Amino acid sequence: MNQAATAAADTSAKPVIDIEKLSLTFQTNDGPVHALSDIDLKIEEGDFVSFIGPSGCGKTTLLRVIADLEQPTAGSISVNGLSPHEARLKRAYGYVFQAAALYPWRTIAGNIALPLEIMGLSKSEQQQRIARNMELVNLAGFEKKFPWQLSGGMQQRASIARALSVEPDLLLMDEPFGALDEIVRDHLNEQLLQLWAKTNKTVVFVTHSIPEAVFLSTKIVVLCPRPGRIYDVIESDLPRDRTLDVRETPEFLKIAHRVREGLRAGHSYDD
Amino acid sequence: MTDTVSSPPRSLSPFAGLMRGTAGPVIVVVAVIFAIWYLSAVLLNTPFQEGIYERAGQTDVPLSQLITDTLAQERPVLPAPHQVVAEIYNTTVLKKITSKRSLIFHTGITLSSTMLGFVIGTVLGILLAIGIVHSRVLDKSLMPWVISSQTIPILAIAPMIIVVLNAVGISGLLPKAMISTYLSFFPVTVGMVKGLRSPEIIHLDLMHTYSASRAQTFWKLRFPYAVPYLFTSMKIGIAASLVGAIVGELPTGAVAGLGARLLAGSYYGQTVQIWSALIMAALLAGALVGIVGMIEKVTLKRMGMAR
Repeated sequence: MNQAATAAADTSAKPVIDIEKLSLTFQTNDGPVHALSDIDLKIEEGDFVSFIGPSGCGKTTLLRVIADLEQPTAGSISVNGLSPHEARLKRAYGYVFQAAALYPWRTIAGNIALPLEIMGLSKSEQQQRIARNMELVNLAGFEKKFPWQLSGGMQQRASIARALSVEPDLLLMDEPFGALDEIVRDHLNEQLLQLWAKTNKTVVFVTHSIPEAVFLSTKIVVLCPRPGRIYDVIESDLPRDRTLDVRETPEFLKIAHRVREGLRAGHSYDD
Repeated sequence: MTDTVSSPPRSLSPFAGLMRGTAGPVIVVVAVIFAIWYLSAVLLNTPFQEGIYERAGQTDVPLSQLITDTLAQERPVLPAPHQVVAEIYNTTVLKKITSKRSLIFHTGITLSSTMLGFVIGTVLGILLAIGIVHSRVLDKSLMPWVISSQTIPILAIAPMIIVVLNAVGISGLLPKAMISTYLSFFPVTVGMVKGLRSPEIIHLDLMHTYSASRAQTFWKLRFPYAVPYLFTSMKIGIAASLVGAIVGELPTGAVAGLGARLLAGSYYGQTVQIWSALIMAALLAGALVGIVGMIEKVTLKRMGMAR
């Protein structure tokens, strides 16, 4: 049932992310750990790609390789036609972590200004970008608040605004809503889709929630552990402008079923 | 102090607790301490007083007379609290500040070298910590020396520092301040190393994704993170600085400063003078730590780190 090869659609445009035969092995005291093994993946511009799999399947590691936070031990990867290192130096992506990771001594506006200060933008340009991106994540009016004065969902939205303020074409998100409750998560998922439609960015999204992956993605990459590898790649044919109601449709359930099957088959239950 | 019951919303005023149930315990503790002090004063001063009575041929001195006399000796083994208070009052309020007999004059001398030593020590401590955090070589080569420097008794090294610096023509405030520096840089170094290393991995990764330089990571992440650690270290450092300044005054035969008062007092058996200098040093230490604590509170509040 491995359809990884067939699912990679051929398009004339150059892929934003091009991964070939990529492997990553951690050397630990208990011997080598094959976090990623023989990964082949192309991500096209404007795609919303989800990595889904059980813990230990390497989905976060793969995202960190794209972000140049981990170094692959074999194979090749290019981001915007550059190496991940060059892409990082050019600030080609925005990264949203599992936790909001806001600096407690900076206001929300100050937090969003952080990457802009590092980039050396002018004060007026910083102000413009802060205002625009806080508007985008519906946080206008909270500029002067400190992170601890905001709820978890608002903090994570602020961290998304911070990632967007760099104005990257590529957004890397590592289980950004994992720590939030389901109602907030549904709400943010919808907002994220609207944001994606408005900004037309390429998004790579790590999750372990099947409904979240199916609801958000144009392409779902199912990974399985030991060694971490791609088990299935599913192209979603759901319309791009979807609402939460889409989750009740047979198409949605069909895709969700295929994802679940993939997760079940790829997971070994001997341990 | 134990003010767990109905504790007020934190950090209203340092004295708020006094009005809300801590006053009682504080008064009790102070009363107990004074009672023990008075009792000890009577017991410790009795042998000397009995000698006086014997030489004067007095017998059958009533107990009340003995107690009054033991608490009013000129050079008691242990002066009574009211004698120390009277001495402090005489040498502060009743003397001009410029007078060599003014305790405020001497406190000022010690304070100036404490402050100079503390400032140098804090700056040195921060610089060492920055080096240690950013360079493995410095971490391996400097840290053992930083630690072993504190195993040397300060009393042993203080005269050497003063003598060596005098030999190269440095005298006055700076040698004493160097001893304060010697004691105060250590807590700052250790605290700042800990503080600068305390940012979470996720925050460091974040700076990495922005391809921030080391300097940017330092100023925008590591240093703000270390500020609470810095203040805690500075509170220890400033108290150690005062100890250093007093110790620095002992071997020099200094004519001014709290250390000089202690030394002169012990030469001439002026126990009341010794105790008043000690109490003054304690009050000074308390005030200095309190001031650092207040600056800490204001700074953290302005940084948004105190709620």
